[in-house]
Amino acid sequence: MKTSLLRWAIPAAVVPVLVLLAYGFRTNPREIPSPLVGRPAAAFTLTTFTGDPVSLESLRGKVVMLNFWASWCVPACYDEAPALERTWLQYKDKGVMVVGVDIQDREEAAKKFLAQFGHSFPNAPDPAGRVAVDYGVYGVPETFFIDRKGRVRFKQVGALTDEIARQWLDRLLREPS
Amino acid sequence: MSRGRGLALTAVVLMAATWASPTGAAQVDEKTVYDVAAQLRCVVCQSLSVADSPSETANQMRGIIREHLAAGESPEQVRAYFVEKYGEWILLSPPKSGFNLLVWVVPFAGLGVGLVLVAVVLRRWSRRTGPEAQSAVDPAVRERIRREMSEMDK
Repeated sequence: MKTSLLRWAIPAAVVPVLVLLAYGFRTNPREIPSPLVGRPAAAFTLTTFTGDPVSLESLRGKVVMLNFWASWCVPACYDEAPALERTWLQYKDKGVMVVGVDIQDREEAAKKFLAQFGHSFPNAPDPAGRVAVDYGVYGVPETFFIDRKGRVRFKQVGALTDEIARQWLDRLLREPS
Repeated sequence: MSRGRGLALTAVVLMAATWASPTGAAQVDEKTVYDVAAQLRCVVCQSLSVADSPSETANQMRGIIREHLAAGESPEQVRAYFVEKYGEWILLSPPKSGFNLLVWVVPFAGLGVGLVLVAVVLRRWSRRTGPEAQSAVDPAVRERIRREMSEMDK
């Protein structure tokens, strides 16, 4: 009698826990889907390190690649930096705008970073982190691809590569504005 | 009251007023900021709330919470803003609805089932050991123990 009770009670208790753990351990807790993909990108107005204003509103009709970075973000931000500049040079005459947003950084360190990689696209600090929270950024680097209608279409977490940039920019440029 | 004393009093009152409102957003209750921050996950930490984390990110998020509250939003609206940007992941306690309800119900259900199981097993054990324990000792041996113990008392 007692053994028959345990015979079903133990698997009944253990199996669901094992199934839950098997499912849980296969997912990456750091991979959090952004709820922003497919939604209109949050408006922002920032002042670049060179003192020029840059706003999303003024870029309507262009495909925007919005990159969040920081000079202390080693090595990912350093890894992707050359690809950002290459992408910018390749696409700037095709209706693409690349904008860098520097978060939680010191101005001197950030300017040194920009000089090191010779970034020629607009880069602006986000001193209070408002733009970063508006885009649900939880780490650097993160890159958002915004279509001509101003909607977020893709979010790249981690270092951007030339291939990913090309793939998304080509795709968004093919869409009618 | 002399003129000097009146001026001094005014100065004290002014100083007290400035001390009471160090920033422009003086209406925002820090307790409310804390309450909202305590519900939000610090995005760069492991298992820490925005209220408890000393990180720069959490510090900026507390600033943003304060700004939203100062703009007249309710704590629920500020919470909803963060959920809109980060998803439900940002909430330290999963909402008590839908699939998430499992997280709230299963532990208590498991506890209940476990207690019932322990009670059933204990009842069976006590029922079995009850009559067996009495018959396990031979009446002759028991009689001998009783006799020898009463002799020890003499």
